[in-house]
Amino acid sequence: MNYLIRDSLDHCVKCTICETYCPVSQVTPLFPGPKYIGPQAERYRGAGPSPDSSVDYCSGCGICTQVCPQDVKIAEINSRARAKLWEKRGIPLRNQMIARPTVIGRLGTPVAPIANWALHNRAVRRMVQRVVGVHRDAPMPSFAGRTFQRRSRTHHGPAGAPAVVYFHGCGTNYYEPILGEMVVAVLEHNGFRVVVPPQDCCGLPLQSNGNFPAARTYVRRLVGRLVPYAREGLPIVANSTSCGLMLKREANEILGIEDDDLKVVSESMYDLCEFLLRLHDRGALRTDFASLPLTVPYHAPCQQRGHGIGKPALDLLALVPDLTMIELDADCCGIAGTYGLKKEKYEISMAVGKRLFDDITASGSDTAACDSETCRWQIAHGTGVTAVHPVELLYRAYGLGGRRQPGPVPAAHRATPVNG
Amino acid sequence: MNYDTVVIGAGLAGLTAALRLTEQGQRVLVVARGVGATHLSPATLDVLGYVGNTRVESPAQSVASLVASTPDHPYGHVSEAQRGAALAWFVTRAATALGYMGSVEENLLLPTALGVPKPAAFAPRTMAGGDLRAGGRFVFVGFKGFKDFHPTLIAGNVARAGLAAPIAARALELEPPASGRGDLSGRVLAGRFDTEQLGDWLVSALEGRVDPDERIGVPAVLGLRSGDAAWQTLEQRLERTVFEIPTLPPSIPGIRLFNALTSALRAGGARVVLGVRAAGARVEDGRIEAVAVTNATGTVSHPTRSVVLASGGFASGGIELDSFGVTRETVFDLPLAGVPDTDHVHFEPGYFDSQPLARAGVPTDDLLRPVGGGGRPVYPNLHAAGATLGGAVPWKEKSGTGISVITGYAAAEAILRPAPVPMSESAR
Repeated sequence: MNYLIRDSLDHCVKCTICETYCPVSQVTPLFPGPKYIGPQAERYRGAGPSPDSSVDYCSGCGICTQVCPQDVKIAEINSRARAKLWEKRGIPLRNQMIARPTVIGRLGTPVAPIANWALHNRAVRRMVQRVVGVHRDAPMPSFAGRTFQRRSRTHHGPAGAPAVVYFHGCGTNYYEPILGEMVVAVLEHNGFRVVVPPQDCCGLPLQSNGNFPAARTYVRRLVGRLVPYAREGLPIVANSTSCGLMLKREANEILGIEDDDLKVVSESMYDLCEFLLRLHDRGALRTDFASLPLTVPYHAPCQQRGHGIGKPALDLLALVPDLTMIELDADCCGIAGTYGLKKEKYEISMAVGKRLFDDITASGSDTAACDSETCRWQIAHGTGVTAVHPVELLYRAYGLGGRRQPGPVPAAHRATPVNG
Repeated sequence: MNYDTVVIGAGLAGLTAALRLTEQGQRVLVVARGVGATHLSPATLDVLGYVGNTRVESPAQSVASLVASTPDHPYGHVSEAQRGAALAWFVTRAATALGYMGSVEENLLLPTALGVPKPAAFAPRTMAGGDLRAGGRFVFVGFKGFKDFHPTLIAGNVARAGLAAPIAARALELEPPASGRGDLSGRVLAGRFDTEQLGDWLVSALEGRVDPDERIGVPAVLGLRSGDAAWQTLEQRLERTVFEIPTLPPSIPGIRLFNALTSALRAGGARVVLGVRAAGARVEDGRIEAVAVTNATGTVSHPTRSVVLASGGFASGGIELDSFGVTRETVFDLPLAGVPDTDHVHFEPGYFDSQPLARAGVPTDDLLRPVGGGGRPVYPNLHAAGATLGGAVPWKEKSGTGISVITGYAAAEAILRPAPVPMSESAR
């Protein structure tokens, strides 16, 4: 597999389709484009690291691989080249920090009020930019204080119902536990018992920051937590599209992990909307939706498109009476996980997202839907609208939030507006 | 999900079939390994440009004689009325955003980026002003730093092309405002036209430098989202005919075409999934019941009533020639026609020679259903379109986009309005 990924560069016919789609090279000359830095430069890399560091400006969105008509694994080649570069040079402290959401979550959660004050305080942020290198305007979520793991410990689902395993990821655990509760409510409404195993980071941020050894440790630990359920034949659902994709494909294709446990977990993984749509295909999804007279623009994040499952959120939300979804065609919001947090990349990330922000603003809606948490925070930051996971719309349409409709905006969705 | 039709391939043939079906109320899924050949295409509709080495003046007439002499040509499976209907629908209903101009009765003659006069039946209106047939005076404008577009080369070749009407051509090279990039791609320039009002710069750079009777040819980079509007503004403000010349890939007009078709598909509720691969079918009672599609972890089976195979030819991997000299259709392993026997020559030494393998492809009946031995359809609900079809040499005939639009539309029509089953067959 390792060789197959790299060897796919021989399929490149230099058609430049990836270059026309790369959102980063469109807005900055610092990244010369996926073909140039991928299948072309890779031929010169040999055993050593890249002689030129522009590969670090690849955001890892993965669009190049999706649009390539010749099956060249461009993003994967570039991700590996980036890791080699940092292996040689040593990963900066900042990148080591922001790539460990579990550590940040554990540190921030007990002191959430203070941490949230600091995260959104201009003076503190200016200092953080100077000392650490995290851009002062980059979107930051708020710690919820009480983790989803803690909340789920006291929640007891319907006994005897068929079980589904929930991989909630760090975003849900530390910042958006309310989203996790909605996921559980929607699954329980459809007759499932939701199992929430103890879990931490999937290693994706470490992977995209070039620390493959640490990323492998994280993903192996997570796989160890999930594999007993997968071996029982239970489906695993994830609401974070990028973390789900890590387990489905990237741990194997980028980190090069080849073991049976990972394979079993991969084959049991479903994106949440993919899982719900499959239920519907079998006639097993409840469709007792109340009217939701809203028009909501929907952005399928890059990593969601990497699943190769279409846009199941749109098929599901089409079932809700009076709800109109606008399918946006902007490619990327720009944040790419931790990319847009970095002081030297923040402006690039906002320039990449501009088209999406403009389209959302032009829609006139005060709510947008998007499956990935960091993308939602970026959208909220770039537009000022509330950005929700599609499941939140299902949750409301099922009437699971009680009579208060629509529910209050969870704190995590209120990322700092651009000029805030 | 259940679909009425699964279309395999997101090139011009696949998108045309998908849009016709969607417009007629079908629920359509398009799956493709990646973006198709639109991004490499000048976006002209080339119905037929050459027969042998003779340039075609009237595609309508020449197609009729081509079909008579070469019945296995893809056009031979589509009636003349339907060929006309396909082009008319495409121009007036499907790709309206590009404002196609032209006619199937006579070819336009448009300069390429090498200055070669190239025949095409229809062209986006941003390009149509470059028609060389009437002759006249031309200024070809290049942008400094933009690779592979050399106005002096274009002007020289156009002037010596030996066309009937006299042509005077000259070149101008302009320097766009600095962008901090040493290397300008068409995509980057088009982005700058969209966001930085490079049109204003172009007007001021050309004002006073072009005579009233000169037509102005510029590289086709006037904007990706607002190219047509930028072109209109240029014509109005300069009070001259302005026309775009398609560039080497990436082709901005081709991307505009892809965007116009996919946004119409989205608006119609069709799904387009890229980065996946169709990997065979579930067949029951001789019919395709579902198409298997790969995703990040395995394959998913999509139940469907009909299938359009528009996966392309050799260049796109729809048909493969392996190192043992074996040729195969890659999704359904369909029978191929036109493949030389293994002990016969596959390739002639000269690149521009008539290559025996070039006409290889999927043979079909008149409903564009791939056929096997005895001319019977392999599956009654599978139709093929575009470069997957055998019997043509599109790059030489200048017929590629025409074949894609015409057979894409005809495949959709065959699904929507299958011919009534003859009595003898339905009684069996």
